[in-house]
Amino acid sequence: MATLVYVEEPGDLTQQTLALARSLGGPLYAFTAGDTVAVSGVEMVHHADADAFRSYAPAALARALVELVEAHKPAAVVAAGTPRGNEVLARVAAIKDLPFAANCTAFESGRPGSVTRTRWGGSLLEEARVHAETLLLTVQPHSVQGEPASGEPAPVEHFSPSLRDEDLVVTVRERVGSSAGGVTLADAKVVVSCGRGAGSPEGFGIIEELAGLLGGAVGCSRAVTMAGWRPHTDQVGQTGTKIAPDVYIACGISGATQHMAGCKGAKTILAINTDPEAPILASADYAVIGDLHEVVPAISAELRKERTG
Amino acid sequence: MKVLVCVKRVPMTGGKIVLTEDSRAIETKHLGFTISPHEECGVEEAVRLVEAHGGESVVLTLGPPEAEEQLRDAMALGADRAIHLVTDEDEWDAQATAGAIVDAVRADEAATGAYDLVIFGNESADSGGYQVGIRVAYALGRPVATGLKGVTAEGTTVRCEQEAAGGRDVYVLPLPAVVTVLEGLNLPRYPSVPSKLRAQKKPVDASSPARPESRLELLRLVVPESQGKEAEILGHGPDAAPAVVEVLRLSGVA
Ligand SMILES: Cc1cc2nc3c(=O)[nH]c(=O)nc-3n(C[C@H](O)[C@H](O)[C@H](O)COP(=O)(O)OP(=O)(O)OC[C@H]3O[C@@H](n4cnc5c(N)ncnc54)[C@H](O)[C@@H]3O)c2cc1C
Ligand SMILES: Nc1ncnc2c1ncn2[C@@H]1O[C@H](COP(=O)(O)O)[C@@H](O)[C@H]1O
Repeated sequence: MATLVYVEEPGDLTQQTLALARSLGGPLYAFTAGDTVAVSGVEMVHHADADAFRSYAPAALARALVELVEAHKPAAVVAAGTPRGNEVLARVAAIKDLPFAANCTAFESGRPGSVTRTRWGGSLLEEARVHAETLLLTVQPHSVQGEPASGEPAPVEHFSPSLRDEDLVVTVRERVGSSAGGVTLADAKVVVSCGRGAGSPEGFGIIEELAGLLGGAVGCSRAVTMAGWRPHTDQVGQTGTKIAPDVYIACGISGATQHMAGCKGAKTILAINTDPEAPILASADYAVIGDLHEVVPAISAELRKERTG
Repeated sequence: MKVLVCVKRVPMTGGKIVLTEDSRAIETKHLGFTISPHEECGVEEAVRLVEAHGGESVVLTLGPPEAEEQLRDAMALGADRAIHLVTDEDEWDAQATAGAIVDAVRADEAATGAYDLVIFGNESADSGGYQVGIRVAYALGRPVATGLKGVTAEGTTVRCEQEAAGGRDVYVLPLPAVVTVLEGLNLPRYPSVPSKLRAQKKPVDASSPARPESRLELLRLVVPESQGKEAEILGHGPDAAPAVVEVLRLSGVA
């Protein structure tokens, strides 16, 4: 019972996806398109050739995958739980009228298949049965250890999927704008974040100062973006950016599950809060009880003192 | 423009998730309810599109009788009317949800004319299935772009922008189309008191579709084991600063 793995691009997420796909038991085959060709750790690569794949074309990718599913009847199709992995598999599910389990942390083949999948951005797990002839599954990023990419790239078989006009409509026409530059929230080693406790947009002055001293990025909670104090690009959480810095400093943030869903990958969490009962203290490693407007400048001053002294 | 936006009632869980005794749902006795921030931006976008181009904005939910609250909230933001597909308490899976929405869209379009745009959240707040909007689009035979932070109606097309590494990817879809959106698309307005009062009088078309078998069958929910952590208190007030810097140094960031 073979498993077909949609490989968007080489990298750790692909290795994680292959590792979990392997737990289904059967041999693995890869599906690729565009520039992605070389995949190791699978029996064979089915590479779709078409002009459509010069840019991201999710409808065409799904149609090509459906063609493979119909030809080879794999027991499962697996992809990474990335925006694109989830989008393409949902399209396959829609075309084939099959159930689709997104962002799984474990699965077992069989009829029905069994999965554990994430809800609420990872704050809750769901155990479910999947009643389907072909299991459509994506792997929750960073929930399993990636297998090492080793060995020769697998042999590649090229095919030209029959695409319909409607499959060519949804395609990236151009990429506009550019990233802001500087330390990005998603990649920063330190993130200094502030919530409603900031009290005002000006309250972020001391947060920016501390982030600057640490070479980090500024984050915030949804209470802050809703108030219009910071742009949504600064929001950490389930519906904001998911981050995994070495240190996360959460000032004046209560610790709602939807906020913590965005920062639980942090190695160390330090909370600064006036309330010793704030829920964030149950997920933080360290805490300072006090007013952030006094504590944060004191930390900045201490850092400066150490550097000059 | 005629715009439909689909929203799902979910509990506001706060700092900790508590499950019901049978572990099949979240204990909601002491909780308020809301919709996903993505969907809230979807409602705001639908209202703005109609403000700019004229037409009608409609909000739809499939959920228990109490979900009328979320429909009223959306109408307080400016949606003109609502469609309520009333269910019992049990959650429907994504396939069943999409099927009922498709039937409702077809029935409503037969009576009132076609929608130019149907807006979904990219993923629901609770289930996070990443699929209902896509399923509805395919069933209706309309193009769909997902995860959007920009939606601009341009005559017979809609320009869709998606955040990507180093910029924004642009799709251009012919109307009628389906889009799934993310928080950050816009900043939703706060409803005024008069708009809340007006929302109470706006029409809600309620019906009760039959529930199909779940093909993604929820067995039970599990709260992931937190490490049983309790934060080490470094101190109180500004005096804690040296201890904080020590922690930063040990973590290799100061
Ligand atoms: C589906 C859904 C998705 C969501 N997604 C997100 C998301 O992506 N990100 C997100 O952040 N939220 C999200 N939320 C909202 C979330 O539930 C909370 O409402 C939000 O995180 C609260 O923000 P907050 O902690 O800043 O505010 P509050 O909960 O009001 O907490 C403020 C905290 O600041 C402390 N405080 C006040 N003054 C001071 C001071 N002077 N010094 C120190 N401490 C002080 C208080 O003790 C309190 O703990 C989502 C909600 C839902 C329903
Ligand atoms: N019960 C529901 N009623 C109305 N719309 C829904 C429902 N469930 C999901 N949706 C819509 O579909 C989107 C994606 O849901 P999901 O596929 O569950 O992640 C949501 O953001 C909503 O816009």
